[in-house]
Formats: sequence, C-alpha cells, structure tokens
Amino acid sequence: MTPKAKPYIFSKGIDSYFIGIYESYVFVCRFFKQVLQRPFHFGQIIDQCYEVGLKSLPLITLTGFVTGVVFTKQSRTSLEVFGAASWLPALISIALVRALGPLVTALICAGKVGSSIGAELGSMKVSEQIDAMEVSAINPFKYLVVTRVTATTLMVPILSLYCSLVGLLGSYVNVHANENTSFAHFFQNGFATISFLDVFTAVFKSIVFGFTIGIIGCYKGYNASQGTQGVGKAANQAVVLTMFLVFVEELVIVQVSNWIKFF
Amino acid sequence: MESEQISGEKESVICISDLYKSFGDLHVLKGVNLDIYKGENLVVLGRSGTGKSVLINILSGLLKPDSGTVMVLGEKVDHLTQKALDALRLHIGFSFQSSALYDSMNVRQNLEFPLTMNVKNLTKMQIKEAVEEALNAVGLIDKMNQMPSDLSGGQRKRIGIARTLILKPQIMLYDEPTSGLDPITCYEINQLIRDVQKKYNTSSIIITHDLTCAKETGDRIAMLFDGMFIKTGTFDEVFADSDERIQSFYNYNFTK
Ligand SMILES: Nc1ncnc2c1ncn2[C@@H]1O[C@H](COP(=O)(O)OP(=O)(O)OP(=O)(O)O)[C@@H](O)[C@H]1O
Ligand SMILES: [Mg+2]
Repeated sequence: MTPKAKPYIFSKGIDSYFIGIYESYVFVCRFFKQVLQRPFHFGQIIDQCYEVGLKSLPLITLTGFVTGVVFTKQSRTSLEVFGAASWLPALISIALVRALGPLVTALICAGKVGSSIGAELGSMKVSEQIDAMEVSAINPFKYLVVTRVTATTLMVPILSLYCSLVGLLGSYVNVHANENTSFAHFFQNGFATISFLDVFTAVFKSIVFGFTIGIIGCYKGYNASQGTQGVGKAANQAVVLTMFLVFVEELVIVQVSNWIKFF
Repeated sequence: MESEQISGEKESVICISDLYKSFGDLHVLKGVNLDIYKGENLVVLGRSGTGKSVLINILSGLLKPDSGTVMVLGEKVDHLTQKALDALRLHIGFSFQSSALYDSMNVRQNLEFPLTMNVKNLTKMQIKEAVEEALNAVGLIDKMNQMPSDLSGGQRKRIGIARTLILKPQIMLYDEPTSGLDPITCYEINQLIRDVQKKYNTSSIIITHDLTCAKETGDRIAMLFDGMFIKTGTFDEVFADSDERIQSFYNYNFTK
C-alpha cells in the first residue's frame, strides 16, 4: 500500500535544483493570487513599511551622500582633462538617478532588509510559529509574506529616489567646494538632463528590486530547514541570491530601456 | 454528521483508518487505525522518531496523508477546501512541542491574536475577558504583559495551551506537553491537562514518551511502534501485555 518513492530524473542535486525553481515560481504565483484577496492586514503592512523604510533611512542617507561625494570627486579628474568640469552636475544626475541610486538602495536593502526578513521568518518557521498560525486558521502566507513583500515593493522605490536626491546633495557639496557653483545652478543643470523616462525607469527598476528583496527573503525564510543552522542559512542565502538577482535585473532593464529609447 | 460512529455507547470525534505517510524512502506511518471518543484523553506513547508528531500534524491538516482516511468531527481532513479546513481548525487546539509562542508579541497579544483574527466585531471588553479567562485557566494571569522570552519552559507551555483555549476547542492535541520539564512542573501540566478536559469538555490526544504523564492524563493509551499501533487500552492493560517492545519501554522508564 505504501507508495514507492519516485526515482530521480537526473540526479539528486540537479533534480532538487529544478524543484527549487519550480517551488519559487509557485511561491511567486501564490503571492500574486493572495495579494488582491481579503483580508488586507493594512496595519501589518504599515508596520512593515516602517520597519523597511524608516529604519533603513540613516544607512541610505549616509551611503547616498558618500556615493555622491566620491563619485563626483573621481569623475572630476577625467572631465577636467577635457576641460569639461562644468558638465559634472549633468553627468552625476544621470548616473545617480539612472543607475547608482536604485542600485545602491537595492544592495543596502538586500543586506539589511532581506537578511532580517529571512532570519525572522526562518526562526518563526523553525520554532513552529508559522504552523501555529496555520492551525489557528490564520493564513500565515498572507499575514507574513504578502505584507512584507508589499512593504518592500512600496518602500524601495521611495528610498531609491531619496538616495538619488541625497547623492545629488553630496555631489553639490563637492562641486560647490571646488567650482563654487550655486545651489540653483547645480540643480537646474542636473535636472535638465534627466528625462521622464529616466525617472520612470528608475522607479520601475526599484519596484522590481523591492519585490525581489521581499519575495526572496520570505521564500528563504519560509522554507528554512529545521534547527538554528537553518535560520542563519536562510538569512545568508536570501542576501546572496537577492544581490545576484538585482544585478541580473539591472542588466535586463537597462537593455530594454535603451531599446525603448532607440525607437 | 454522517460519520458519527457509535461504537458501544461512545461517539468518536476522531477516526483514523489505514493511514500511511512516508517522506521519500522513509516510511513513517504504516497503516494506523485509531478512534478517539468524545470526552476522553488518549495518550499516544512511542519512541522518538516513530511519527507521533507526524500523526497529529496530519490530524490538523498541516501534512497530507499518502493514503487512508482521517475524520475529525465528521469531516475528512485531507479533502476539505481551505475555508472548510479553517472552520474545522477553530475547533482543534494544538499545543506544540516547542510551545510556538509568537516571539514578537507579549503574552496578551499572543492570546488575542487567534481570537481577533477569527472572531470579528468583538468589543475590547469581550477580548479582555476572554484573555483573562484563558490565563486564569492555566494559572498565569500575572504574566499577561511579559514577553515569551522572559518565561520559563513550563510557563511557555501553559501560555501555549491558554492560547488554544481562547477559541474554546472541542479537541486538544498536545505534542509532548511535559518534555524538558522538571517533575513538579510536569505534575502541574498533567493536572492542567485534566482540568482542561473537565472544564472545557475536550477530547484530547496527548503525545508523550513520559510514562508518568501517560498514567496521570490518559484514559486510554495507544502504543505506537514502527509506524503502527501495537496495543491500545488503559495504562494497566497495555503494560500487562507481555510483548517485549512494550515491556522494554516500561522497564527503561523506571529502571533508570
Ligand atoms: N516534513 C518532514 N519531512 C521529512 N521527514 C520528516 C518530516 N517530518 C518528520 N519527518 C521524519 O519523520 C520521522 C518521525 O518524525 P516525528 O517528528 O513525527 O517523530 P516523533 O515521534 O514526534 O519524535 P519525537 O518524540 O522526537 O518528537 C522522523 O524520522 C523525521 O525525520
Ligand atoms: Mg515529536
């Protein structure tokens, strides 16, 4: 009567790799299916937005500012060779809004938010708290996963715009110290070069990054293996996989947006 | 309830027949048959890793059986829609091996959570009363505002039980309620299980490998061995059996 265990199609490792891909696909589908269903747990979403957004703010401010200063400093020498130091504001704005802001924000959130989601859900899983929710007729996927992923998807774009702005401010501090450019002139120059498509792509990209950070953190935590080791592994894998995916997505989105611009 | 089976005078609330469950090559449950009657405490005894936790996870719908039927309160657990399963789960209290208190919430919030998520439109007063009643039942009303991390193992177990009592379950599933506790705390937990049975009129499954707990809380004992129940009956009936596996279980418990 006992059903026989299925033999492996390729080998244990390869099979479990493909099973992993399939399971994460199911996990993502489950998110999209449940995100529009009641109940919405608004209170929990707001709590998570606070966790993700406000608590990352100091770190984002610091890194954004430093990125702006350093990037300006490093670019100046090259531009001065061509006598084009006056192009600095334009160059920096484009670089920050298009690429650096979203990327820096995504990487920082992957490290800070992704790992904490992975560890938190991982430890809830290991200590049977997720099962406890389930047996008391509360949908843990909805309560834990949907709220967290929604929060990261909403907050990362905001953080990334904020990061770009702080970066520009850092850049301005450096430019002002060297070329004595006025604040208004700097930002006029800078914003003139940024198109709507740039901002749109940046926001879109950040939405994708935010979703990735949330869903990978939750997936790894939700599927953590038993034992305290499983928790650490979940947090660690969440960060590594998220960072990898963020770069892949960056590459794809840049390609596609260039292609759109071309036509 | 179509499946309300009358055996003798007793009405069974849980009815398991021919249950199989395996994980890959590991066959954990191999043809389990069991009935739990209304109002009784049934103790499942068995060695570590024999699938006791797997069994109650199947009863509460956390795991799906490979084959066999599992009826709880007249419903086939593995064939229910999510909605029907959730409705059924409100009648089942589950006390976890690790207590499973929500770390991020204090004791009061832990108790309120299942209540407010499942019962809409309760007034603040009703919630407060329900929480106090459940905490009083386990004798820990003074721990209301503590965090789970500040509680001892025995207290966590009791709060875990209180959290399930708040929904007034008809069936209680206890997974190793006394493991890792000192004998006096064990005694108190055993008393609590008996109190819950009387006060809330529950039918329970108690999973344990502690014979004292089995003797004190169980109306009936079922010995799980190698994926099957090899003997059921009262404590004395089971251990009067000369079966070597049962005898060694008994002897090891008391000779050490
Ligand atoms: N989700 C799972 N996936 C794979 N194997 C599992 C799973 N759950 C349990 N098992 C295996 O099933 C067997 C029985 O596990 P179970 O937790 O039911 O034991 P137990 O009787 O409760 O033991 P203990 O007294 O130590 O709690 C173990 O060998 C375990 O490794
Ligand atoms: Mg167990």
